[in-house]
Formats: sequence, C-alpha cells, structure tokens
Amino acid sequence: MEKSISIQSLEDYKIGSVESLRLLRETIFADQQTTGKLVSVCCGSGCMSSGSEHVRDAFVRKIKDHELEDEITVKKTGCHGFCERGPIVVAGPEKIFYQHVTKEDVPEIISETLIENRVVERLLYEDPVTGQKCFHENDIPFYQKQRRIVLKNCGIIDPTSIEDYIKVDGFRALAKIISQMTPEGVIEEIKLSGLRGRGGAGFPAGIKWETARNAPGEEKYIICNGDEGDPGAFMDRSVMEGDPYSVLEGMMIAGYAVGASQGIIYVRAEYPLAVHHLSTAIARATDMRLLGHNIMGTGFNFEIKIVKGAGAFVCGEETALIASIEGKSGRPKPKPPFPAIQGLWGKPTIINNVETLANVSRIALNGGKWYSEIGTPTDKGTKIFSLVGKVRNVGLVEVEMGTTLREIIFDIGGGIPKGKRFKAVQTGGPSGGCIPEELLDLPVGYESLAKAGSIIGSGGMLVMDEDTCIVNIARYFLDFAQNESCGQCTPCRLGTKQMFKILQDITRGRGKPGDIEILLELSDAVKQASICGLGMTVPNPVISTIQYFRKEYEEHIHERRCQALVCRSLIFYRIKDYRCKACLKCLQACPVDAIIGAKWQVHEIDQSKCIKCGTCMEVCPKRFNAVECVTGLTEVLRDQSE
Amino acid sequence: MSDVTLNINGITVRADYGATILTAAHDAGIYIPTLCHCPDVSSIGVCRLCLVRIESRRRPEPACRTIAEEGMVVVTDDPEIERLRRVILELILSDHDFNCLLCPKSGQCRLQELVNRIGFKEHRFNRLDRVAKDLPIDTSNPFFDFNPNKCVQCTICVRTCHEIVGNDAIDMAYRSYDIRVSTFADQPLNESACMSCGECMERCPVGALVPKKAEYPNREVKTTCPYCGVGCGLYLGVRGNTIVRARGDDESPVNKGNLCIRGRFGYNFVDSPDRLSLPLMRAYDEFTQPSSVVEVTEEGRPVTLPLVKREGKFVEINWDQAIKYVASSLAHYKGEEIAAVSSARCTNEENYLFQKFTRSVLKTNNIDHCARL
Ligand SMILES: Cc1cc2nc3c(=O)[nH]c(=O)nc-3n(C[C@H](O)[C@H](O)[C@H](O)COP(=O)(O)O)c2cc1C
Ligand code: SF4
Ligand code: SF4
Ligand code: SF4
Ligand code: SF4
Ligand code: SF4
Ligand code: FES
Ligand code: FES
Repeated sequence: MEKSISIQSLEDYKIGSVESLRLLRETIFADQQTTGKLVSVCCGSGCMSSGSEHVRDAFVRKIKDHELEDEITVKKTGCHGFCERGPIVVAGPEKIFYQHVTKEDVPEIISETLIENRVVERLLYEDPVTGQKCFHENDIPFYQKQRRIVLKNCGIIDPTSIEDYIKVDGFRALAKIISQMTPEGVIEEIKLSGLRGRGGAGFPAGIKWETARNAPGEEKYIICNGDEGDPGAFMDRSVMEGDPYSVLEGMMIAGYAVGASQGIIYVRAEYPLAVHHLSTAIARATDMRLLGHNIMGTGFNFEIKIVKGAGAFVCGEETALIASIEGKSGRPKPKPPFPAIQGLWGKPTIINNVETLANVSRIALNGGKWYSEIGTPTDKGTKIFSLVGKVRNVGLVEVEMGTTLREIIFDIGGGIPKGKRFKAVQTGGPSGGCIPEELLDLPVGYESLAKAGSIIGSGGMLVMDEDTCIVNIARYFLDFAQNESCGQCTPCRLGTKQMFKILQDITRGRGKPGDIEILLELSDAVKQASICGLGMTVPNPVISTIQYFRKEYEEHIHERRCQALVCRSLIFYRIKDYRCKACLKCLQACPVDAIIGAKWQVHEIDQSKCIKCGTCMEVCPKRFNAVECVTGLTEVLRDQSE
Repeated sequence: MSDVTLNINGITVRADYGATILTAAHDAGIYIPTLCHCPDVSSIGVCRLCLVRIESRRRPEPACRTIAEEGMVVVTDDPEIERLRRVILELILSDHDFNCLLCPKSGQCRLQELVNRIGFKEHRFNRLDRVAKDLPIDTSNPFFDFNPNKCVQCTICVRTCHEIVGNDAIDMAYRSYDIRVSTFADQPLNESACMSCGECMERCPVGALVPKKAEYPNREVKTTCPYCGVGCGLYLGVRGNTIVRARGDDESPVNKGNLCIRGRFGYNFVDSPDRLSLPLMRAYDEFTQPSSVVEVTEEGRPVTLPLVKREGKFVEINWDQAIKYVASSLAHYKGEEIAAVSSARCTNEENYLFQKFTRSVLKTNNIDHCARL
C-alpha cells in the first residue's frame, strides 16, 4: 500500500480507496503547515462587485514585484457573509480581518501585516456601539452570536481547490458512510438529526429520503435546488460559490442513502460564479475519482450534472423545477404524486435545497445526535438568514435555531441605523409575513414563526424602520407575486392580480371602505384554492400586515394618511410661511418650477405642479426648516381652507 | 378491478377503482361545478372550481383529479367551499368579457351555467386589463374564430390538440396574468401548424373558440362521412333542408366522436351549384341518346344521374345508360388490357367490392387506388 504522496503529483492523484483519501489529507496538511504566510481575499459575488478582484490582482502583482512568492500565498475565498463591508481581506498568521480594502491598501497590508506582523488600524472594523476596533472576525459583534456550521468553510477555503476542501475534512463523511454504513443507517442518522428542509417548506429530510429509498424503481435522482428566487436572498448562492464541494458531498451521501447514481444541480443562470465554481468542483472531483464509477473502491457510483435555470421564481417549486429540467415550461403540477415517488422522468427523485444538502456532510461526520443537540427541542441545527433592509450590518448570518429575532436584528445586525425606530421584520420573502416589535423576542423556528403568521422560508429577513410604509411593503410583495405566478390556476393568477390592484389603489389614495375585508377574503381563497406553494403562501405578507398593522391600512383608506410619508399620492409638501426666509434655495432647486416666490416674498408650493420629489425639503437650510411634508385628509382640508 | 365505497355528502357511493371523486359524484347524481374538466382529455385541475372538502385532508382538493379512495368522506358544498367557489367565479368574471347577448356561445356556455349554479350578485372586484384591452380576435382560420377576451385559460383546447389530435398546434404561453393560448411564435391560426380540425373549438366551454357559422340545427341526421375510407360516424345538423353543422358520433367505434377538417367543416359541397348531379357523357360516341326525362325527387331536386359529353361537351344521361355504356365498352377488352383505379372517397366496403370485381370479373390484378399517389 502507498505510504506517502509527493505533493508534486497531486495534480494527477487519484483516490482509489478510503485510505488514500486519508493519506492525501495528511500530505496536504503537512505541506501547508510548512508553507509561509497566507492572505485571503474574498472573491464572493458581493466583494467582487465592490472590486475584490483588483485587490487580489494587486496582491499577486506586488508579491511578485517583491519576490515574495515563496513566502506569501494569495488565496481566493468565498463569502464571509459581511459583503456590505467588502472587499474583505484576512491577512497573516494572526488572521487579521480587514474591511473595505482597495487596491491602494495592498502595499501597506503586505509591508505591515504580512512582513512586519503589525496591524493596519484604519482597515479594521470598528464596533459602532463601543467604538472598539476589532482585529479578528470573531471579535466583531456580527459574528459573535452566529454559529457557523453550514458556512464553516465559506470565507476560509479556496472554493475552487479540492485540496483545500479535503484539508478541512472534506469527503471524510462520504468515506465513512460508503465504507461503513448501510443506506438505511444513513437515513436513520439523518432522521435522528432532525434536519428539516431549508428550501421553504421545512419537510424532514430523513423522511423524504426514506420515501424515495422505498419507492420502487431502479433509477432514482438527487436534485439540488439552487434556484433561489426570493428577492434579496443569497444564502444558497454563497454556499455554492464559497463551498461547492460540501454541496457535492451532501448530494453523494443522499445518493448513497436513497440508491441514486445521478445528481443534478439546478442553478439559476444569474449565478455565473456559482455555476463556475460548481463545475470546477465537479471536474476536479471527477478527475480525482471522487465522482464517477466505483468511488473509493466501494462500488458506489455517482455522477453530477448542472442545469441552468432561466430564473423564474416559480421554477424553484419542486414540480416546476422538474418540468423545467425536462424541457417543459416551468409550471407546477398538483401533488400527489410527490417527486420522491414520481419525479424527474417519472422516477423517484429527491429535491433538496442547497443549504439542506450542505448540512448533510456535517451531520454524517459528527453524527445525528450531535446535530440534534444544536437548536431547540423542536427545531434542530442552524439556519442561514440574509439580513437586509434597515439594519446596520447587512449580510448573511447563520444562527442556531431558537435565537430570537431581537438577537439577530440588534446583536448581530447592530440595530437600526440613524437612530430610527424598529417597525417590523419580514421573514421568508414573498411567502412570509411581517412580524411587529411586540414579537421581537420570538425564537426563530418553523412552528414559532408560523404561529406569528410568517415562515422561515428560505431565510430572507427584511428589517423595516419607522420610515417604511407597511401597506407599500405589502404592495411590493404582491406585485412580485402577481408577476411570478405561473398563471395556470385561477385563484393565484387572478387573485394576486386583484390583491395587487387593491393595494395599489390604497397606496394611491383610492382605497375604499371594505377593501381590507376583500383583501382578507381574497387572501384566504388564494391560500386555500391554489395548486402550489406559491399561491398557498404569497398572501402571507398581506394577511400578516393587516393582522399587525390594520390601523395603518385604515389610515390610508379612511384618512388618506401615510404616516411613514412614503405613499406619494397621500403626502404633500408645503412651506411654513412663518418660517420661510424667502431665500430662493428651494425655488431654484425645484425640478418642475412648482414653487412660487421671489426675494422678500414668502415662497409657496403650487400643489398642482408639485411632483413630490422632496428636493425643496432637502435644500431648505436646516436653521430655517421651513418645508414640511404632511399627510392625511384633514391636513389637505386645512390646507385648502387656508 | 374492484369497486371502492366512499361517502359523499352523507350518501354512500360506489365507484370504480381508479375513478375520480367527480365521476363518483356525477354517477350518484351529485353536482360538482367544473370548468377546466373535459371527460375526453386528462384532468389538470387548474380552474379550482371543483374543490371539495375531504375529511383528513388539510386543504380542499379538486374533485376532477382526486381519485376516490375506500372509506373517503367527501363534502361537496359546505359554506366554506361555496365561498371559495364564489370568489373564484367572481375572479373569472372580473377578467371576462361577458357580453352574452352578442356571444355565439350564449345558451350553451359553461360559464353561464356556473353563474346560475353558484350565483353571482355583485361586482366586488376591479375589471381587469384583459377586458379593458379588448384584445384582437384571431379570425384567420376559415372555419372558427379565437376570441381571447372570452378565454378562461382552462387549457382544454391545448390538451385536446395534444392528446386527441396529436398536433400540438397550440400551447399555453407566457406567465402570470399574461398566460394565454398561443400558436408557435404567436402566429395567426391559419399560418400555424393548426389543421383546422376544430376539435378544440368543439370542446371550448365558453365563447372563446367558436365556429364562424354558428347556426343551431333543429334536427340531426346520423350518417357516415363521405370523404374518406375511414368512415367516421357523424351527425349532420340540419336546419330546414340545409346542413348547418356536423359533429362526430361519440358512439362510432371508428372515430369516437372526433372528426377532421373535412368531416367537420366540409359539408358545403352538398348545396354547391357546381356539384355534379347527373352522369356526364361525351357525345361524339355512338351512344348518343341522352335521357329526355330527368327524374326528379319529391322535393323537386334532380336524382343524381351520370352525365355524358356530346361533341366535346358533356351531356347528361341517367345511371342505367351510363353503366350500360361502361359495360359495353369494357367488353371490347379483356384481362391484362384493363386497369382500374378506385377513389379514396369511396368507403372501405366499396373499395373492397371494386377490387373484387376487377380481379374476379375483369380478371386482372391491375387495380390501384388514388391514395397511393
Ligand atoms: C414558489 C416556490 C418557490 C420556491 N423556490 C425555492 C428555491 O428557490 N429554492 C429552494 O431550495 N426551494 C424552493 N422552494 C421549495 C421547493 O419546492 C422544495 O420544497 C425544496 O426545494 C425542497 O428542499 P428542502 O426539503 O431541502 O427544503 C420553492 C417553493 C415554492 C412554492
Ligand atoms: S399557485 Fe400560482 S404559481 Fe402555483 S400553480 Fe397556481 S398559478 Fe401557478
Ligand atoms: S417636492 Fe419637489 S416638485 Fe414639489 S415643490 Fe418641492 S422640489 Fe418642487
Ligand atoms: S362565453 Fe359565456 S359567459 Fe362569456 S359572453 Fe359568451 S355566453 Fe356569456
Ligand atoms: S383545430 Fe385541431 S389542429 Fe387546430 S388547434 Fe384545434 S385541435 Fe389543434
Ligand atoms: S380557448 Fe376555450 S378551451 Fe381554450 S383555454 Fe380558452 S376557454 Fe379554454
Ligand atoms: S462576498 Fe465577500 S463577504 Fe460576501
Ligand atoms: S374542473 Fe377541477 S379544477 Fe377545474
């Protein structure tokens, strides 16, 4: 038997057995132990868009210029979840965490941190609350309450390097399973873990696998759902980009468990980097014989293909996704039959979400019991949320189930910026609901959020402050829903359209008494009568906002009032004559010449011309503060009577 | 296979194994409203009007595609279900150009029936764009029109073209509110792959696909299509003494109610002034006595007779004369000297007789058929 591998032969190394995987891991470990310093540049989609590729190029160039290639290695990593602070660079043996790095900062990081082992203070993250500088990722409050299981490799390994993945225990779970466990044993382990689907519906993964295992048929399929169509969500993208091998390993374990030898990853075409990293991963794993025929000499075969989706939200629904892979138009089919019994090409098919599958190798390695102890008695493990909206720290956060919304928004997210008040948080994207301040201490979990009228869904979390109009938010989500409905079933096609129209009318000052009741009746009909999960859930934003913010709807309808001053038809700008100093500032700034006035003459706004852009309010000098924005019928009447 | 027993609205109902709740209910005389269901094609359950409550199921299920199971307890019309149906119907109407007085489908329209059954009191919803837009009617097909303003997106036409006709000329295109019946690349019907068989039109539950000529027959005559050897059974709808429509005979084992373009729409020749009604014969023959008497039926129409051509012109003769002439001419030849060609418009039986006659009477195997071209 082989005893050691020369690191030079890594390129052509083939893994023929469980033993040779172990050997390879040890070789990589030993080799990287001896190599010099490391600088990791985040090259996830977020940081790339803020220019991280230039930063990386600058590192490579400068290191070459200084002939330091043997001492310093530049590594590309996936997303750290803190894209808002990107480009992110982690440098040196101390793993100093730098944010907002530009290519101009590169020479200083090289000379200071990488050579002299000193910190470049100005690039550190500063805690806005305490003003303290944070040296390491773990010092940053954003990371402190997180528990990274799925994201454990993201931002650490080079997602295109199979060696990097193997070094962090990659494929160990697979090796253990295919050499030591029966498929039934694997399913038991997943059932024991309590892992539920992370794609939205939260179906227990173990039960789904068992159903597919027991379904008759020789040929079975594993599909990884990487469609991720929720607006603002990017957890699956980050996992596929930053840790693609974990997704492959999860699919292979699922394949072994249900008796499938073919896997398909369905990724939306708008995720080119994810597609690139996944295809690189598939190619490398196939080269190394970790994918394909007779994997590690155990007789287990598995292949993975990528299918690019055209990016319709509804194509994330499993039956529509299958139709799309089969080349048909992406419209959901009524269930039963469930895909686990009759899926792709009529064969038993497992569809799991990216995050669900990325959890699998962790569970397989550490045991179902380990996983079941994370989270709460009812909800196991962790969940990644994409925290967006009016919070200080926007980004991807992975927390244990049972963490409260308050902890996520205020401790991790750093609270609401600009001293504004928190108003509500929308979880679960277009299928979820709005949760008000009273319920902030709700622990996140499938049942707890459902009870509050929302869902975990795929993990979108949109934070809203007092400047957000709740009716407008409902309108926004319904607009999305009515456009993304596949259109085949009547309640969803026409019901969402009608709901959108009513909400649009309300925000445009054309609300009618009775609108709220009709909205609720339509919501109920769409939820109950639609075919697929889209129709069943898209009324949630409306139902929950009416439940918690009914008063705001009523103000819009009866008083023509938008307290957040968002709905343009319900607000107007006016100049307080007793404060106006006739400075001409607003008059000159108004884009439509709606302001009447002159030097020594108090200015006034011609409401018939005003387009409500708010420029006048912005330019009016703070010490005069003469322009105000008002809303409500009584205000209009008062203004007219004046 | 064996039957199943279930309970619908408190009544015990037996149904065939594999039958849907809808079939079970209808067989037991229980009405469930439907719109997208058509017994001739598979059910896809998209209109959601046939929703029923099934004990032990979380959500209402469509009766048209839920298989009846042993011991199932079904309720077809509790107040909740009725409310759902009413909302769905109101939604459909909010998107429908219901100018029934001007609609050729009126009186036979499923939507009208549903309004009567389910009830519709007031317009609570906004009229939607489709109606406001007044989409153009596709009149390109010579036999039927497609009016998208009346279409309820039931997809029966699409399923018909796919499952029965096998032509796939139409499909549902686009998404969300824009979903609609479309030919490939949105061409007008007559430029598409459509063969104008009219099967889709025949099944459209509303006034979206309607024949150009919409006259109601006052009686029907059962007959066989004269166009080809398949011999489809059909009913000719007659008004006065004019054929105004044709429909397939559901009971005919040959076509099971389906027809092609000729059978369904090609009946105009019957009353065509160009139609030959007597045998014609060329007059430079010695056989020159045209019949002086033209036999006339009770209604005063000529009994169809062969015609003969005289001096370069055709002259009308009667069938006896024509057959006698053909027979005497054939007598000059024998065996291999003769060849016979029969017509695709003859029935199988006629074609059989003709080849039998050719082989055993004329004693030649030189027999062929125009469909071999
Ligand atoms: C309208 C709609 C959109 C969906 N989009 C996604 C998606 O983008 N990604 C995903 O993983 N699941 C999505 N789902 C859920 C899938 O149908 C399916 O439940 C899921 O992929 C199963 O995987 P899981 O059990 O691992 O969650 C969607 C469902 C619906 C109804
Ligand atoms: S609920 Fe909406 S998206 Fe789902 S099948 Fe019906 S129309 Fe399509
Ligand atoms: S809101 Fe805009 S348009 Fe209206 S008066 Fe002010 S600057 Fe002019
Ligand atoms: S399709 Fe039916 S409901 Fe519509 S206009 Fe015609 S008859 Fe009336
Ligand atoms: S007329 Fe016949 S071929 Fe044409 S669309 Fe209808 S069913 Fe299809
Ligand atoms: S044309 Fe008729 S059959 Fe076709 S979808 Fe529209 S309503 Fe249904
Ligand atoms: S892409 Fe760099 S932190 Fe997200
Ligand atoms: S008739 Fe059953 S859903 Fe339309």
